[in-house]
Amino acid sequence: MNAPRLPNVTRRHLLLGTGALVVSFSLRDHAFAQEGELNVPAKPPEPAAPGPKLPGSLADTPSLDAWIRIDADSSVTVYTGKAELGQGTKTSLRQIAAEELEVPPASINLITADTAVTPDEGFTAGSQTVQNSGTAIRNAAAQVREILLQQASGKLQVPADQLKAENGRIVGPDDKSIGYGEVVMTDMLHVDAQPKSRLKSPDAYEYIGKPFARVDIPAKVTGGSAYVQDMRLPGMLHARVVRPPSWFATLKNIDTASIKAMPGVVAVIHDGNFLAVAAEKEWQAVQAMRALTGLAEWEEEPRLPNEQDLPAVLQRSESEQGVVAEAGGDFTGGAETFTAQFMRPYQMHASIGPSCSVAHLDNGTMTVWTHTQGVYPDRKAIAQMLGMPLDKVRCIHTEGSGCYGHNGADDAAGDAALIARALPGRPVKVQWMRDQEHLWEPYGPAMLTKVSASLDASGKIVNWKYDLWSNTHSARPGSAGALLPGQLMASGYPPDKPVMSITPLGNGDRNAIPLYSIPNMRVLWHFVADMPVRVSSLRGLGAYANVFSIESFMDQLAKEAGADPVEFRLRHMEDPRARKVMTTAAEAFNWSNEPMPEGRGRGFAFAKYKNHAAYLALAMEIDVDKETGNIRIPRIVSAVDCGEAVAPDSIRNQTEGGIIQSLSWTMYEEVNFDNTRITSSDWSTYPILRFSAVPGSLDVHIVDNPGSPYLGVAEAAQGPTSAALANALANATGKRLYNLPFSPARVKATLGV
Amino acid sequence: MKLNVNGSTHEVDADPATPLLYVLRNDLELNAAKFGCGLGQCGACTVMVDGKAIFSCLTPILLLEGREIKTVEGLGTIDSPGPMQQAFIEEQAAQCGYCIPGMMMRAQALLQSKPDASDAEIQTALEPNLCRCGTHMRILKAVKRARELMKTAAVPLASGERKV
Repeated sequence: MNAPRLPNVTRRHLLLGTGALVVSFSLRDHAFAQEGELNVPAKPPEPAAPGPKLPGSLADTPSLDAWIRIDADSSVTVYTGKAELGQGTKTSLRQIAAEELEVPPASINLITADTAVTPDEGFTAGSQTVQNSGTAIRNAAAQVREILLQQASGKLQVPADQLKAENGRIVGPDDKSIGYGEVVMTDMLHVDAQPKSRLKSPDAYEYIGKPFARVDIPAKVTGGSAYVQDMRLPGMLHARVVRPPSWFATLKNIDTASIKAMPGVVAVIHDGNFLAVAAEKEWQAVQAMRALTGLAEWEEEPRLPNEQDLPAVLQRSESEQGVVAEAGGDFTGGAETFTAQFMRPYQMHASIGPSCSVAHLDNGTMTVWTHTQGVYPDRKAIAQMLGMPLDKVRCIHTEGSGCYGHNGADDAAGDAALIARALPGRPVKVQWMRDQEHLWEPYGPAMLTKVSASLDASGKIVNWKYDLWSNTHSARPGSAGALLPGQLMASGYPPDKPVMSITPLGNGDRNAIPLYSIPNMRVLWHFVADMPVRVSSLRGLGAYANVFSIESFMDQLAKEAGADPVEFRLRHMEDPRARKVMTTAAEAFNWSNEPMPEGRGRGFAFAKYKNHAAYLALAMEIDVDKETGNIRIPRIVSAVDCGEAVAPDSIRNQTEGGIIQSLSWTMYEEVNFDNTRITSSDWSTYPILRFSAVPGSLDVHIVDNPGSPYLGVAEAAQGPTSAALANALANATGKRLYNLPFSPARVKATLGV
Repeated sequence: MKLNVNGSTHEVDADPATPLLYVLRNDLELNAAKFGCGLGQCGACTVMVDGKAIFSCLTPILLLEGREIKTVEGLGTIDSPGPMQQAFIEEQAAQCGYCIPGMMMRAQALLQSKPDASDAEIQTALEPNLCRCGTHMRILKAVKRARELMKTAAVPLASGERKV
């Protein structure tokens, strides 16, 4: 490796003494661009910086001490701007740091997203935690280890190449050794990372790729304090919000005197269309919320479209046309042309635990504990909403229920902050109710796709046209207008104007380009700016509907070509890793074209998430009950390649979960509304998959590539699962479903029984 | 009023109409039972009363005086996890983990009353409880493992706990 640069400190601020490495990091002034999660157009590329780009998130936060701190007692602290969302971050990042630092993973103190102490890594989204933060931590840890070796060399009077790091000590010949804590000096790690690190070779791994028990699970199964919902601060009040009954409603009349007189009620907050109560006890807050709901008079507007008419609504809405991909240009060839149209409705994150946050205005500083995916953008939005300087607002990530994208987390944080501002000195916990989460979270946008393609006489695809209609898939905070309380308060901030952004990373157009070799291709996004209902990022963004469409259509084309669906895909696939996951899944499934019993079918699908992250293929077998329209799934087999597999069990866990969640979306889920109100307000009006519908078996095969770059995996299953189910349904019944979800009623109607 | 929770008696100063969930989480500072819907639709709040699984979000404490309430905290501790907890740790049966305590209590109620419950009976018993992360396969495996662990574990009964 390059010799580590010696400390060259320009900006530093000593936090604590004692000779440890305790300098705060200096963050570069930059707007963090989270791939695929932008709500502003991508900036034009800046002039090339001198030297090669630093790996992962080091490119944005290069200082080593932003990531790693070693104290005089040799204890190791690792900082990440990413958050634990139930995907195993707290475990996998420890494995990565431990590997290069040569300390046991359990000995590492890991600090996750907190605007006061961790790097700004934007949002924990897009399956990028290991890919970006993990890569940064891995490289920073390797470089820190080399600095420790250099320093120890001087102290031990042994050439560095005769030293090695081992279990928190630098060890040399003749039993010479010295603890990490004994060689650290103030500012020693306050240096920028180098582009290249001396990383450990995969055959020497002790922790990466080994199954480690998740560090967060024991507390979660024994009643430990694990979530923001579990926080209890001294003097904490319980608050509830009262939302309008519909999106465009305005508050006409409210008399809060009777609410203020209720037992335990400390405050009623009324600010424009924002209403909330705070009480000493939680149940008192719930009762006051109910009473306040009964008193509030709202004027509503019937401005929602006909939910039965969504494809037409999307197509006739004003839209901007963006070219996602264009290749070749000959759309006249081919023996025969086929077309299809697919529809995905609005769907919810629908977290099991409604959003929650605790906020505390103390001595002019607002501290907010939140399960947001982005503490820095959330801080910015909250500071703007409250008219407070950024440095007077601190957002600390504290786990919540699984979110799967942009749910109510940021809004609840805004609610808590707005209420806490009215009650200085007292911490306030806001807990949303079930209907508030269902009705007010931003949904995954509805999408319409149309595809046409031609086959030549040999059964190869010669051209492909694909059009998609969709809103933006990103309306995340950064500005106060992205927060519900910011919009509802009297001095309300308007929502950000959605802007089309076409990048290789994808938004509504994520995975809109088929990975298959097709000589002539045109992919267009008809970007619909108007949002009849509130939308934002749901796990996978556009990939879910695009892969559903592409992979359903691939099966349709295979059938037209008289080909086996797996062979037809391989016929059009050059990428060897894509071929490998497809053949691995097919072989493990024992894929064949043997006839099956009446009502039983098999389906296959593949995608490379975002066309640059994990490869995933899966096959499933289903039974369709034609009388009821019910689908039963005896078995699913998947194969996934996410580069070097850091935490194999977490990869399996995420993949199993992604498959089951996507089955739920695909079989049941659709946000319903009338012309004024959302009507999917609870689990009875928005049913999701229950235990009776889980597959008989679900296997995940990891195709490991030790030493190769990490590829984001947590969302890779969402798209392929839907298409495999559609293909199995077509295989079982001879009828294909083009509109999601495949509810029993729709299946039954399609089969015409 | 007095509530018997995990073998101990607690004097609780709360409106008798208060759902048990709020008393557990706030007055007794027990974290395991979770608020999910307040409607009895998701099972995140599931606890046991006299050996049966109930929705604590729907059950006012006025119905519970003199009855035995059990939560995940009563199954063991982080240092000495009970069989059900041990099984969930061994199977790594959680993603976000929010629904898991409710799952454990419903499974505990089943296996206490029916130690040899079949795989199908386990799956049916868990139907009222929702998981959004899609951890279902692992939850089922964990409960099956707990079924075996509970047979071999000689767990002494907490004082006042009725044998079922």
